[in-house]
Amino acid sequence: MSSPTASPLAHLTPEDIEAIGRELDAIRDEVMADLGEEDAAYIRKVIAAQRGLEVGGRAALLVSLFPPAWLAGTTMLTVAKILENMELGHNIMHGQWDWMRDPEIHSTTWEWDNVSSSDGWKHSHNFQHHTFTNVIGKDRDLGYTLLRVDPEQPWRPWHLAQPLTDTVLALFFEWGVAFYDLEIDEARQGKRPWSEVASDVKRLARKATKQLAKDYVLWPALAGPSAVPAFLGSVTANAARNVWTHTVIFCGHFPDGAQTFDYGEEQLEAESRGDWYLRQLVGSCNIEGGPFMHLMTGNLSYQIEHHLFPDLPSNRYAEISPRVRDICQRYDLPYISGPLPRQYAQVVRKIVRMSFPGGAPSEPTQTEAELVAERAARRRSRMRVAAVA
Amino acid sequence: MHALDVAASLTTPLLPDDYLTYLNPLWSRREPRARVEAVMPETADAATLWLRPSPGWPRHTPGQYVRVGVDVDGVRHWRTYSLTSVPGRRDGRIAITVKAIPDGVVSTHLVRHVRRREIVRLAPPAGEFVLPARLDAPLLFVTAGSGITPVLGMLRSLASAGPLPEIAHVHLAPTRDDVIAGADLRRLATKHPRYRLHEHHDDRRGLFDPIALDAVVPDWRTRPTWACGPAPLLDALTARFDSEGVGHQLNIERFRPVVAADGAAGTGGHVRFTASGREAEADGATPLLVVGEEAGVLMPHGCRMGICHTCVGALCSGSVRDLRTGETTTGDADDPPMVRTCVSAAAGPVDLHL
Repeated sequence: MSSPTASPLAHLTPEDIEAIGRELDAIRDEVMADLGEEDAAYIRKVIAAQRGLEVGGRAALLVSLFPPAWLAGTTMLTVAKILENMELGHNIMHGQWDWMRDPEIHSTTWEWDNVSSSDGWKHSHNFQHHTFTNVIGKDRDLGYTLLRVDPEQPWRPWHLAQPLTDTVLALFFEWGVAFYDLEIDEARQGKRPWSEVASDVKRLARKATKQLAKDYVLWPALAGPSAVPAFLGSVTANAARNVWTHTVIFCGHFPDGAQTFDYGEEQLEAESRGDWYLRQLVGSCNIEGGPFMHLMTGNLSYQIEHHLFPDLPSNRYAEISPRVRDICQRYDLPYISGPLPRQYAQVVRKIVRMSFPGGAPSEPTQTEAELVAERAARRRSRMRVAAVA
Repeated sequence: MHALDVAASLTTPLLPDDYLTYLNPLWSRREPRARVEAVMPETADAATLWLRPSPGWPRHTPGQYVRVGVDVDGVRHWRTYSLTSVPGRRDGRIAITVKAIPDGVVSTHLVRHVRRREIVRLAPPAGEFVLPARLDAPLLFVTAGSGITPVLGMLRSLASAGPLPEIAHVHLAPTRDDVIAGADLRRLATKHPRYRLHEHHDDRRGLFDPIALDAVVPDWRTRPTWACGPAPLLDALTARFDSEGVGHQLNIERFRPVVAADGAAGTGGHVRFTASGREAEADGATPLLVVGEEAGVLMPHGCRMGICHTCVGALCSGSVRDLRTGETTTGDADDPPMVRTCVSAAAGPVDLHL
């Protein structure tokens, strides 16, 4: 159910890993060189649709005393917020659309419809999570410093409550992300000055005030007699968005078979580009579904492709997915993918199981960490041989 | 509280602009824009674009240029073009005249592929290559190729106000058909007796030598002069005016592409863009503007040839080399010099505040 198990990478030679790295680099280069007008038109179309839905949803909620208007308004606002969060905010802030050099669709200027500010998120997500994906103790996304999702994480009594904690987290996910970005755990360990935390708290307070005022005060106030249903519409849209993003994100790394890595600094240093790719590949899980589902997940349903190429425009993940799958087949590597209900059931089962101590499968023969060290040593000896020759 | 501030608290984190521009793309308070309303061919490789700018577009002074932001293959590019229309037209439109240069991404798009109703981005008009408010002495214009464009704006404005004053105009082009707005210029010359147009076509008479000024405009030394064209012409004119002791009479506008001067290419180095937090390795021949764009930094830029100063950034540490002259500039954290990234390359590690 969880690592460390016998590594799915044990059979690869250093040459294999280099070749896989080259193949993946080639896919990336090919797509980057092909980006153009159609891609730009795609993201602008999603932005236009999102804004249309937002305007439509807000307008319907102004007259939401009329129940069908409430239902339509809340649905439109929910879809708008999900699109804004996933296909737009998450992906634009990754820099996927920076190549367009449009300051309105750029990672350095985009601000999302979320209580947390984009700057804090970009650091904790783009840098920490995407660099140290699934490395225990390094990737704070492993359980978000709140949950135990891997047997290697030490058990504490409060983990008993984690099915409940997780439910609350799902409902208030944007707040979870906001507090997570403050990195209070890092400050406690002395890795981050408290003064930084304080200034981030101020930034969060400013942003959150504006967000709360918009959703829960100003728009309901404008609705006059419909103020109460308009307020409830905003509450529902935010909560539904929160639960959905939580679901998608948890299905990205926590279903069965996703590998975690007990690496120290040394192993991370020793990683080659190919090793890094492989860590992303076997640590991520895709969700299968139709085009609308992929859009609503911000194409994070192609979590594997996203982790291999975080700054590649999301509309391209679908077309490269068969090629990544093909590499996995040829090199006998897992490509974890399944429909949403199955993936989510595995996540829930893991959260419940990990709330109790233990949970490790039988002892592994060789851990990932040992493997990487061994491969690095073999690379070095090969280089020595080459130098002598 | 302003109405738009109230609106902004309803649209946060977006701005009302982000919605209003769907109703009318020109209603942007963040950046002026324009709609392309007509494209009139001038020569085989040049065209005049008639643009409808956003409301509140400032009136320009003839001779000034405008920065235009255009999306080509999904990527935003900025270039500067001279305004060739008379300022303050009643219909509110402005015109730029563009010559398609070989491999020119933007100029080729604007001359050959631009669609009517396409939206382009603008920056307010700028530039010092303008006439004084009062014209006392007879003038001399020396222009070559697309260097005609700022002078075209000046001539049209003067002609719209009344009879043209005493002007001698020497214009150089490869052939008669290559003269941008040639028909217009010749019509002006027929209609205004004090405007004398001397066309010099290289195909018939070879390259123009400033010595020839003595024959064409014998009193050129006494005339305030405006010259615009390729660098060799402007260099030759500058030399001639200086040697005759009348350098103060000469106003020039350089349209010069960036080419590394001999020996100017250096070693390059690691570049940190400190405002955006990006880093990149740069060689000694690539402009920092290109290095930044490739590293995903939103680099401000305009002409890309060292004229317009839109691309400047504060050089906090390290040295950069001017690709045109080979001169180096060294940074200072306390009093950073502003360097033009479009004509500067890294000479060792560089910290640039962009």
